[in-house]
Amino acid sequence: MNRLLFEKTGDAVYLSHLDLMRVFQRAFRRADILIWHSQGYSPRAYVSIALPLSVGTESVCELLDFEIEDGAADLEKLPGLLNKTMPKGIRVLRAYESGRKTKYLAKLRAEVTLEYDKGVPDGAREAIAALFSRESVVVEKSGKRGVSEVDLRPMLFALELCGSSPQELRLDALVSAQNPALNPQLLVAAIETYLPALRPDFARICRREVYEADGTVFR
Amino acid sequence: MTDRLHRILPGVQKPARYMGGEYNQIVKDKKDVDVRVAFCFPDTYEIGMSNIGMRILYGVMNELPGVWCERVFTPWGDMEQALRDNSIPLFTLESHDPVKAFDLIAFTIGYEMSYSNILNMLRLADVPLLAKDRTGLENLVFAGGVCTVNPEPLADFIDFFSLGEGEESTAEIVTLYRTAKREGWDKARFLEAVSRIGGVYVPSFYEHTYNPDGTLAAVTPLNGAPARVTKRIVEDLDAAYYPTRLIVPSTEIVHDRSNLEIFRGCIRGCRFCQAGFCYRPVRAKTPDTLVRQAVEELEDSGNSEMTLASLSTSDYRGLEELTGRLLDYCEPRKINLSLPSLRADNFSRELMLKVQKVRKSGLTFAPEAGTQRLRDAINKNVTEEEILTTCATAFSGGWNSVKLYFMLGLPTETDEDVLGIAELVYKIMDTWKKTASNKKQHLSINLATAFFVPKPFTPFQWEKQIPPDEYLRRVRLLQENLHARCVDYRYHEGHLSRLEAVLARGDRRLGPVLAEAVRLGARLDGWDEYFRYDLWMQAFENCGIDPDFYTVRGFARDELLPWQTISVGVRPEFLWREREKAYESATTPDCRTACAGCGARSLSKGGVCDEQTAV
Repeated sequence: MNRLLFEKTGDAVYLSHLDLMRVFQRAFRRADILIWHSQGYSPRAYVSIALPLSVGTESVCELLDFEIEDGAADLEKLPGLLNKTMPKGIRVLRAYESGRKTKYLAKLRAEVTLEYDKGVPDGAREAIAALFSRESVVVEKSGKRGVSEVDLRPMLFALELCGSSPQELRLDALVSAQNPALNPQLLVAAIETYLPALRPDFARICRREVYEADGTVFR
Repeated sequence: MTDRLHRILPGVQKPARYMGGEYNQIVKDKKDVDVRVAFCFPDTYEIGMSNIGMRILYGVMNELPGVWCERVFTPWGDMEQALRDNSIPLFTLESHDPVKAFDLIAFTIGYEMSYSNILNMLRLADVPLLAKDRTGLENLVFAGGVCTVNPEPLADFIDFFSLGEGEESTAEIVTLYRTAKREGWDKARFLEAVSRIGGVYVPSFYEHTYNPDGTLAAVTPLNGAPARVTKRIVEDLDAAYYPTRLIVPSTEIVHDRSNLEIFRGCIRGCRFCQAGFCYRPVRAKTPDTLVRQAVEELEDSGNSEMTLASLSTSDYRGLEELTGRLLDYCEPRKINLSLPSLRADNFSRELMLKVQKVRKSGLTFAPEAGTQRLRDAINKNVTEEEILTTCATAFSGGWNSVKLYFMLGLPTETDEDVLGIAELVYKIMDTWKKTASNKKQHLSINLATAFFVPKPFTPFQWEKQIPPDEYLRRVRLLQENLHARCVDYRYHEGHLSRLEAVLARGDRRLGPVLAEAVRLGARLDGWDEYFRYDLWMQAFENCGIDPDFYTVRGFARDELLPWQTISVGVRPEFLWREREKAYESATTPDCRTACAGCGARSLSKGGVCDEQTAV
């Protein structure tokens, strides 16, 4: 199995998980690399992306697994080759062989930037820090089976706050990546639920890095 | 900080379709650009990006020096609301600049039910709706596409129309505009000059007057405008511009594959079919050209599927050679080749089995009518035997599903013809029982009926359309006589097709109705979730226009037709002759068997049609 490390930034954040798979399936063909196809009635080029990203979220640490159908490709040259034909905002950073199994991917670090058009309210930093220091932070989460309640606290391993500009407050969060995963968007939901006065005018999220359970970078 | 546009995008469905950035989109340096064209498609991104015509003309315009052509599609309802709520004017995908900042605003129009989108897009762009209110050289609006063969319902809104194939004329128009802008012409001077380009129709150069009974009394050319504007064609498709480096959408579209246009025109002459008459004469590309274009496009796009596009694939003379050579390329690369619009003949049956090695696609027939008599009347030359033999071949080859398309309300149709549809369905079920090789799966028949809409430049252009109630009675008659679990029957909405008929054969008096309907909120009419018949009926009432005038009334033979200023090459006398033959259930042989003398060959210099010159 081969793996790509890539980023998805700018307007590419609006591509869905399925869109992204299509983009790579075509990019491989453009690079004249035939990847392994699923068998059956309607064969499809097989690519697998670890931890599908929510639409609207940026990432600089996405991972995609693929298998080449007819022999090996030059993995050194592959990022350059793929990047020549990528849509805006998708950039392959590295290609390598036999990465760690996805099940070892345990944590991820996300940057949540809260935007306040009229300036970051006084005391926002302290209030948000205090909120996430509670023993439990329960928010409503809407999924396929309707609305459910979820406690974020056990899935939040670390949180740092910094004011990046007079109108922006940045949360640097280390959260659980799977089983169960914490979608960083829920951190914003928690602020909106418990600190309505601190509801931001907009929040943007960027996935910065993925880790194993012991804190080493996952590749 | 995130701007307003990027703040609304997370809240709308499929935001990727509004932002461009796809592989192969064309971005130019504004320093090098002196004419900017906003190329608008009056439907969603998913539909518009599937349109070959738009892709060709996007390439044509961007090949021109100093010209940058960008794309605009109709926003879905949620995005439209978000744009309005945040006062964001409609913008292009490439630069995200507002449409209002563009020199030329072009539309390609392939469906009458997208007319409201044209007006709505102009409104969202904050561009004045009426051509007469756009007084400067900027924001000139022009349009082409098959619907514009009757441009009159849109005459109030569009400055000029480009009729027929646009590869050459679009370049001439935009180049002329570049001169006009550089030299500071006013709009009147530009319209005068552009009207001298072949295929260009300037509606404000014609005055339409009406008789007391509402019929058209006279069309008077002004400013020395030509009495007749003839559509343009490209004579040599091998030499014509055809882009093989196409935008590859990052998000899924309707025709999510490479499309290879193999020929234009049609030799069949089905009497209801507007495309069949409007795209004549028949001109084909050679297999060499097609194989080269196919390989270039597949390699550049990375698509894993290719479709041959034409009105009737089986009629391409070099089809065996072409498919053989394409399969040699596609099969080892796991690229799926699909051949739509195959006829139900022997050759096609073999071909069907040959091309379905990579992936099996469906089996589709469009007999259009349920009895041989009515099929003869509409000149749809397919027999029941051909359909059943093809089904037998397919069923024994493992296929278990069939799609069938019919029309209800065709001229001369009786209840017997309607019941004939049910009989044909039962015969197909019988054939399956006798021939299916794989009976573990059940047979599934998808049956659809459309409501016949008479279109300009067809032999049925004078016909009445039956009222929606009568159409629904025929739908129910068919339903009541179809009792089979394997049949999924769907039918078109009667009201939608009635409105389509009004707009297709409408005149200039529909301009105010269109504007009123859009003011009342009509938009995205081609989509069930948005179509509001009541708004349209309100608009007709507010404007004092009776839709029946354009539908159940029919047009008399000696009546002036609103679209008579336009010529698509096919002579009205030929169309009338074909209409008379329809009432005698007499067929006309295909053009390859015997030239029927429709007149379209006069459009090409040597009088060439389907590789033959006149006899």
